[in-house]
Amino acid sequence: MPQFAALLRKDNQPVRYLVVDDSVFARKNIIKMVQLFGGEIAGEAGDGLTAIAEYNRTKPDIVLMDITMPQMEGIEAVERIVRQYPEARIVMVSSVGYQENILAALQKGAKHFVQKPVKPEVLYEILRYVLSDDPALAGAPVALAGEHRS
Amino acid sequence: MRMDLIQPFINAADAVFAESLQGPTKIGDLLMEEGAYHRKGVAALIVIKGDIEGRVILDLAPEVALKVAGILTGAEVTDSEQVVRETVCELANMVIGNSVTLLNDQGYRFKVFPPEIHMNDQGLAGSRDTEAMVLAIETTCGNIYLNIAMHHLARRRRERDAMPVSS
Repeated sequence: MPQFAALLRKDNQPVRYLVVDDSVFARKNIIKMVQLFGGEIAGEAGDGLTAIAEYNRTKPDIVLMDITMPQMEGIEAVERIVRQYPEARIVMVSSVGYQENILAALQKGAKHFVQKPVKPEVLYEILRYVLSDDPALAGAPVALAGEHRS
Repeated sequence: MRMDLIQPFINAADAVFAESLQGPTKIGDLLMEEGAYHRKGVAALIVIKGDIEGRVILDLAPEVALKVAGILTGAEVTDSEQVVRETVCELANMVIGNSVTLLNDQGYRFKVFPPEIHMNDQGLAGSRDTEAMVLAIETTCGNIYLNIAMHHLARRRRERDAMPVSS
């Protein structure tokens, strides 16, 4: 696995992620990657409804959201979260990457899309881009992930 | 059976296995089969209905599924039926999602039903009147089998295209 420079907030704290996917494997895989990028897991959810509740509870910096899930799909969850928190930064992560799906997600307020299986280097660049869009979050790599930060 | 409908599934499976299992893959011989499908391990059955209709079966031995699970999670996994089920489901979802993307961008519209996992000893029903393409993809974890039966409903697509656009 390649090494990545840590993505940190402007206050030098780790970026906090909410990882939403109905597959435990997919969540573990994403969590492994964001930890490699120096991130911290604020919460996990297996469906859209739980994702909304977890967003309210944890107020993460970034949400990584699957599309096809039971109870409430990811695109509807994006719409509801963004309606309440217009500043929310949500990246869709799905194996279904056709244009209609991507456009629907972006129209509801998602910031970006990444197709499964997720390549760490692709996710890293997308997160860097999405973070750099927010003045409150630095998005600039400042140290290698795993290195000691004082 | 039209190869242009089958090829996206083979390409997607090959790409998904190579990427997610982080190793080389090799597509084995393609065979045509008719009748009930005889499972080799744990199978995920995915049904597709719309402009194209049929089903895809993704099938792997439990010990292969456990090796896959270890790579997907990056950790040791316990040998349990649930881990095996989840692994097969996750692989099936990734393969189908990527195939659907390719076919959808070619203009086909259809609904994909969630994977059904089969672990018992009964054979899976074959698609009547439809022969299936069977192949094994060799991966670093072992063989993963695909059984694809798909046909094109030109009439349905023509009907959809002829529908007036509502304002």
